[in-house]
Amino acid sequence: MATGSETTTRARVRWGLLDVLVVVFALVPVLWIASLSFKTPATLTDGKFIPREWTLDNYRTIFDTDQFVRALVNSIGIALIATLIAVVLGAMAAYAISRLDFPGKRLLVGVSLLIAMFPQVSLVSPLFEIERQLGLFDTWPGLILPYITFALPLAIYTLSAFFKQIPWDLEKAAKMDGATQGQAFRRVIAPLAAPGLFTTAILVFIFCWNDFLFAITLTSTERARTVPVALSFFTGESQFEDPTGAICAAAVVITIPIILFVLFFQRRIVSGLTSGAVKG
Amino acid sequence: MADIVLDKVSKKFPDGTVAVQDVDLEIADGEFVILVGPSGCGKSTTLNMIAGLEDISSGELRIGGQRVNDKAPRDRDIAMVFQSYALYPNMTVRENMAFPLRLAKLDKETINQKVDEAAKVLELTPLLDRKPANLSGGQRQRVAMGRAIVRQPKAFLMDEPLSNLDAKLRVQMRTVVSRLQKQLGTTTVYVTHDQTEAMTLGDRVVIMRGGAVQQVGPPQELYDHPRNLFVAGFIGSPSMNFLHAAVQDGSLRTALGDVPLGDRVRRELEAADAPRELILGIRPEHFEDAELVDEDTRRRGLEFEAPVEIVESMGSDKYVYFTVEGEKASAAELEELAADAGAADFGGAGANLVTRLSAESGVAEGQSRRVWFNLEKIHLFDPGTGRNLTLHEGRAAGALAD
Repeated sequence: MATGSETTTRARVRWGLLDVLVVVFALVPVLWIASLSFKTPATLTDGKFIPREWTLDNYRTIFDTDQFVRALVNSIGIALIATLIAVVLGAMAAYAISRLDFPGKRLLVGVSLLIAMFPQVSLVSPLFEIERQLGLFDTWPGLILPYITFALPLAIYTLSAFFKQIPWDLEKAAKMDGATQGQAFRRVIAPLAAPGLFTTAILVFIFCWNDFLFAITLTSTERARTVPVALSFFTGESQFEDPTGAICAAAVVITIPIILFVLFFQRRIVSGLTSGAVKG
Repeated sequence: MADIVLDKVSKKFPDGTVAVQDVDLEIADGEFVILVGPSGCGKSTTLNMIAGLEDISSGELRIGGQRVNDKAPRDRDIAMVFQSYALYPNMTVRENMAFPLRLAKLDKETINQKVDEAAKVLELTPLLDRKPANLSGGQRQRVAMGRAIVRQPKAFLMDEPLSNLDAKLRVQMRTVVSRLQKQLGTTTVYVTHDQTEAMTLGDRVVIMRGGAVQQVGPPQELYDHPRNLFVAGFIGSPSMNFLHAAVQDGSLRTALGDVPLGDRVRRELEAADAPRELILGIRPEHFEDAELVDEDTRRRGLEFEAPVEIVESMGSDKYVYFTVEGEKASAAELEELAADAGAADFGGAGANLVTRLSAESGVAEGQSRRVWFNLEKIHLFDPGTGRNLTLHEGRAAGALAD
C-alpha cells in the first residue's frame, strides 16, 4: 500500500538521521585525536580540525622509544592470554550452568555476579599487597589473574545465554550417534556457540585492553606495564617537549588493535547459525 | 540387530512423579513396535530409557540379551530419530550422516561408501553438499533417518519423527519409514500420539496410559478386541461411540433401545460386585441404514430411529451424525480421551452418535431415519474399572454370545 511504504520511507529517513547524529557524536573526539596526532608541535593548538601541515613525526617518536613498544607488547600479550583463558573457562562453566542441575548452581551464579559488581577500586590495595608477597607484582601473570577474575563473570553470563539457545536435542543426537559428553561439546555444541564465544572474546579483550586501574597499581616497570599506563607516563624526548602530539599518536595506535580485533571476529558472528537444526 | 526386553521397567522422577510404571515388553528381533498414547502417558520417557538418555529407576532393560541399564547411549549401539530432527546445522548433509561413522573411527573410504549408500536409499544424493538450513522439512526428516540407518545399529528408536511434517507429506513418509524398516529388518521402536500412524505402521502396538501399558497387540487385534475402555476409545477414527446402559432384568436399557444379553455376559453380571450400570461401545461402521440391511443380517442386530444431524459424504461411504436422547456415558477414561483430543468441554446435551453408512444410503440432514446396528460387534465396559466385559479369552464376542 502506498501510505504504508510512505511511512516506512519516512521512518527510515528519521532513523537514518538519528543514527548519523549518534555516530558523529561518538566519532568526533576520535577523529580529533587522529587529527592532532598528525599535526606538528607548532600547529597543535591552532584549533583546526584538518591539520595545515601533515607530519608523521609523532608516530616516529613513539616507536623510537622503547617504552611504548614494550608496553604495546605487554598489552597485546596480557590481553590475549587473559581472553583465551577466560573464554575457555567461561565456556565450560557456562555449559555446566545451562545444561546441568547441580547443587549450589544458584550460589555459583550469584557469587559470580557478586564479583562482577564488586567495586574494583576497593580491591586494588589488597591485591597490591598480595601480589607483592607472592612475587606476582609487576609480572604478566600478576595482571592476567585479576583480569581473568573480573572477566569470568562476564564470560559466563554471555556464554550461558548462548548455550541456552542451542537445542538440547542436538546434544542428545550426538550422544546417540556415539559421542562422549566431551565430544558432543567439542564437535557439536562449541561450533554452534561460536558466535557467543567470539562475542565474549571481544568483550573480554576490550575489558583487558582498556584497563587502567589494575595496570597502574600492579606494575612498576616496563616488564608488565600496559599501554594505557605507559601513555600516562609519556613525557616526550625531553622534559621541555610538549608530548601532546605523541600521546595522540599513541592513542591512535592502541585503538587500531581493538578495531582489528572486532572486525576480525565480527565476521564470525553470523546470526542464525543454528537455523536448520530443528524445525520451527 | 537384536531383541529388546523391558522387564518391569519404571521411571520415577526426583520430585516423586512416576512417569513409567512396571512396563513389561518383549520386542523381537526385527520387529516394528509402536508406543502410542495421549501426551504424558510415558511413551517418550520409555523410549528415552531404551536410548539411555534417561536413567531407569527400577527394572531391567536388555538389548540383545545383555543388560544395558548402566550403559551410556553410545555403548548401546542404537540410533534415534528425533521429532525435531536435531541435525547438526554447522555440517553438510554428508557430514551429518558421516558423523556417527567418524565417531566410530571408520576409515574415510568406508565412511564415504556407507553415506553414499544410505543417501541413495533415501534419495538424498543430490543434497549431500547442502546445509540443513537449505533443506525442506521432508528433506531434513530424511537426513535424520539417513543418519540413523548409516551405521547399521542394533535398533532404531523414533520419537514422533513425522509429527512436524504437513499432512500429505506425513502419509508419504509413513510408507517410506515402513518400507525402509522392512528392507533393513532392524528392530524399531516408534513413538507417536497419532493412532492412525500406530495402526498403519507397526507389527505390534503398545497402548500406554498414565505410565502403564494398557494393551499390546497387532493393530487389528487392538481394534477388534480392546481390553478396556481406554483402548477402545483411543484406537479408531472416528472413535467408538459410547452410550450409557443400565442393567435391567437380564437386558440392557440404552438410548438405542433394549439390548438383549447372551448367557456369557449375563453370568458376568450375576456376580455380587458386578456393576449395575455399563458403558456400551459401538464402532461407527457397525451401524447401517435399516433399508439396506437384508433379513438375515437384520436378525443379528437391533434397529432404532433417530433424527439425522449432519451427513458427511466421503464418497466411499457416509458419516452420519445422530443425536440420541438419554444419559451420556461417563468414565475417567473417556474424560481423559476427550481432554487429549481437546474436546473436554465440547459435546452438548444428549449423546452424539457417529455412524458410517453405505454410500447408497439415501439419508438426508433433518429427517428421521431408521438405523440398524450389529449386536455381535458391540462391547460392554465396566465404568469403574474400564474392563471390557464382552471380551472372552482375548476375543470380543458381542452382547449375545452364549
